[in-house]
Amino acid sequence: MLSVERLTKRFGGLAANEDVSFEVGRGEIIGLIGPNGAGKTTVFNSLAGFFPPSSGQIRLDGQPVAGLPPERMAALGVARTFQIVRIFKSMTVLENVMVGAMLHHRAVPAAIGKAREALRFTGLDRRAGDPASQLTVAEQKRLEVTRALACEPRLLLLDETMAGLTQNEVQEAVELVKRIQARGIACVVVEHVMEGIMPIADRMVVLERGRVIANGPPRAIAEDPVVVAAYLGEEYRAPGP
Amino acid sequence: MLLLQTILSGVLIGLVYALVAVGLTLIFGVMDIVNFAHGEFLMLGMYASFWGFALWKLDPLFTLPLTALLLFGVGAALYRVVIRRITDAPMLSQIFTTFGLMILFRGLAQYFWSPDFRSVEGSVLTGKVAFAGLQFGLPQVVAALGAVATSGAVWWFLRSTRLGAALEATAADKEAAALMGIDAQKMFALAWGLGAACAGVAGALLSTTFPIFPEVGASFILFAFVLVALGGFGSVAGAFWAGILVGVVEVVGGFLWDPAYKLVLVLSLYLLVVWLRPQGLMGKA
Amino acid sequence: MSRAAAGRAVGLAALVLAAVFPLVVRSATWQNTVILMLMVAQLGVAWNILGGYAGQVSLGHAVFFGTGAYVSTLLALRFGITPWVGMFAGAGVSAALAVVIGWPCFRLKGHYFAMATIAVGEIVQAVVNGWELLGGAVGLSLPLQNTGFWFMVFNRSKLPYHYIALGLLLFTLGVNWLVTRSHVGYYLRAIKDEPDAARSLGVSLTRYKLYAIALSSGLAAMGGTLYAQKELLIDPGSTLSTSLSIKMSLVAIMGGVGTLAGPVIGAVLLTTIEEASRLGFGGTGRGTDMVVYGLLIVVIAVYQPAGVLGWVKQRFPPKAAPAAPGPGGAR
Repeated sequence: MLSVERLTKRFGGLAANEDVSFEVGRGEIIGLIGPNGAGKTTVFNSLAGFFPPSSGQIRLDGQPVAGLPPERMAALGVARTFQIVRIFKSMTVLENVMVGAMLHHRAVPAAIGKAREALRFTGLDRRAGDPASQLTVAEQKRLEVTRALACEPRLLLLDETMAGLTQNEVQEAVELVKRIQARGIACVVVEHVMEGIMPIADRMVVLERGRVIANGPPRAIAEDPVVVAAYLGEEYRAPGP
Repeated sequence: MLLLQTILSGVLIGLVYALVAVGLTLIFGVMDIVNFAHGEFLMLGMYASFWGFALWKLDPLFTLPLTALLLFGVGAALYRVVIRRITDAPMLSQIFTTFGLMILFRGLAQYFWSPDFRSVEGSVLTGKVAFAGLQFGLPQVVAALGAVATSGAVWWFLRSTRLGAALEATAADKEAAALMGIDAQKMFALAWGLGAACAGVAGALLSTTFPIFPEVGASFILFAFVLVALGGFGSVAGAFWAGILVGVVEVVGGFLWDPAYKLVLVLSLYLLVVWLRPQGLMGKA
Repeated sequence: MSRAAAGRAVGLAALVLAAVFPLVVRSATWQNTVILMLMVAQLGVAWNILGGYAGQVSLGHAVFFGTGAYVSTLLALRFGITPWVGMFAGAGVSAALAVVIGWPCFRLKGHYFAMATIAVGEIVQAVVNGWELLGGAVGLSLPLQNTGFWFMVFNRSKLPYHYIALGLLLFTLGVNWLVTRSHVGYYLRAIKDEPDAARSLGVSLTRYKLYAIALSSGLAAMGGTLYAQKELLIDPGSTLSTSLSIKMSLVAIMGGVGTLAGPVIGAVLLTTIEEASRLGFGGTGRGTDMVVYGLLIVVIAVYQPAGVLGWVKQRFPPKAAPAAPGPGGAR
């Protein structure tokens, strides 16, 4: 569905991404990992339309979309969350989600209906009427996911949704990603929390210094000596089935 | 020759504009607050010079250090009493706090000193300076030199003293500066004191050639804003060069075109620059 | 009684009061003050759509007010077109002008945007000052002989102006209410809170900011036409000054930015303060009125930055919200 072809992004003379290529199939979960400064966030921002790539192409169902602004990407079915949450603080939880729902349902009553549906799906419905600023960090992250889902995307980009969460909250987040996949929505997950992403990813793309150094199923990645050397370290082994 | 004379006249007045803007950009750089009452510091500097002259026959040039000190006190006190409370407030309430201060200061000046126009008559600074066939008023030349000296002193202070370095560090990153043991409150008060002193010195330098009245700040504040934005918010060097540029554009534009439109010219230049380069000529992106 | 119901009751009471006021109070001075209040309130509500809801602080809105005043006056003087039509023509011209100004200016953010709007305002004022066709610095005056409803000129009593001002305020509030009840209103608030997040949800920043400025400026222009008809004399100093622009935003801030009723409350407050300090101290000619006025602005901006409605919200929270678990979001 999504194919990234030799994506390169330079800032000044520095290449943050170089010749990054990978594919995302319909309803697949792709884990995008790599050490700090490997260029994960840059790939992510290029996919979401926030950075126009310096060269290379991004195709959505075969259509070239590289360089389109974020609002066009959203309309084409690519939604995202932010690493540092960016909820609308002056709004209630429901209103936050309504802004997402309005992408395809302009009328307020329809948007309310869609937003409530999304809130029920992510389990935030009991907080619908509260000011969004009163949510806990975990709930705010969940709110961002809900808001993105309300855009009815085909591809959801999740940026470190699990960072800074407790063990229990990570587990809940993992469950949520699996249920999103069950709806046929593909996910690209940038993640530092390994136990979060390893068990659910269909494939992992590993970046180092702006380049893809490995691409394959989590088990293979965890045992790939190149990856282990670059990133995972000795202590990590793929969890058993 | 006439054109060269005009250009240099523009540079002279531009240097004074620059001094007003240096103070404004200093405050902005350190605190992210745009001070609408900045022209009123200049007004106070003018009145300080006027009263020194009227009461004790002291020439504005001699009372200049006192004026600077006085305005430093006013700026720092204003920070302690009012501005301290709006450091983290939304931009709108900051704008309106300083806007209210502007009206308050003008009102106070009118209350104590009446709305009449005053002037300093018979200062030591009179006459003309002739130079290579060009002629300039002595007060204008002295004002420009004084403005350069003061701007230079501020620049040196920021670059070469520990206190100046602490101020720059606070402007760059408040949290990091706090971790280094720099007291942000002191730095903010210092910025307001210095900012006010710069405007006060400019006022003193202008007091021998300009009419003095409660709303005189209005004629300078708009240009000061333009310079700050043109040079890049918070950039002292940027404000300085922008001052010279704007002075020249103003005077030459008034000379070649209609003087009524020189403000239009300067503001259009400003809009063009911020549109092409939103961070200003010398601002950080 | 819930807070919303209380708000509706207060609003209704204010409307009744505004409707009967000039019938009860016959003093021309007081009637004039209240007309002023209504007009300032209308401008504040118009400004609030862009500055309050969308968070784009314009300090050059007098340009749009002046456009309305000049367009309808010129149409009346040159072609004998009734100001009732001129009012909407002015709104249209103003909205078009706003889009032309807004397009480049929206590239700028925060302080930069506010400063650019001041610059645009000053440029327009200086240009009109020197524009013979528009009467230059002297301005334009409307003849007093064509009186009556059709010409929107009334010389016997101020009463009609009062009701036109009230009607225009209600119309502007109605437009604002419709905006808040549509996706545009939600999008504007989203843009103000988190522009990048709004974009990621499909909101085009430029498009919706332009909607906001067009609407806001069109409504401000209608206020300009009313002003021209009431004063019968317009000049750059009274219709295009930066202090007028600042006043529009000031009433919104005093009442509460980004709220429907805020600018109306702010206009009542500000006009009262202005008139009271002018009547109380203005006669001295010593600037006491300015001292009081300036001091009050400072005190309000420092101690109640969310305005009157912000204070009401703190004082009377909307029923006890269920205790939030843990501190609200970490930054």
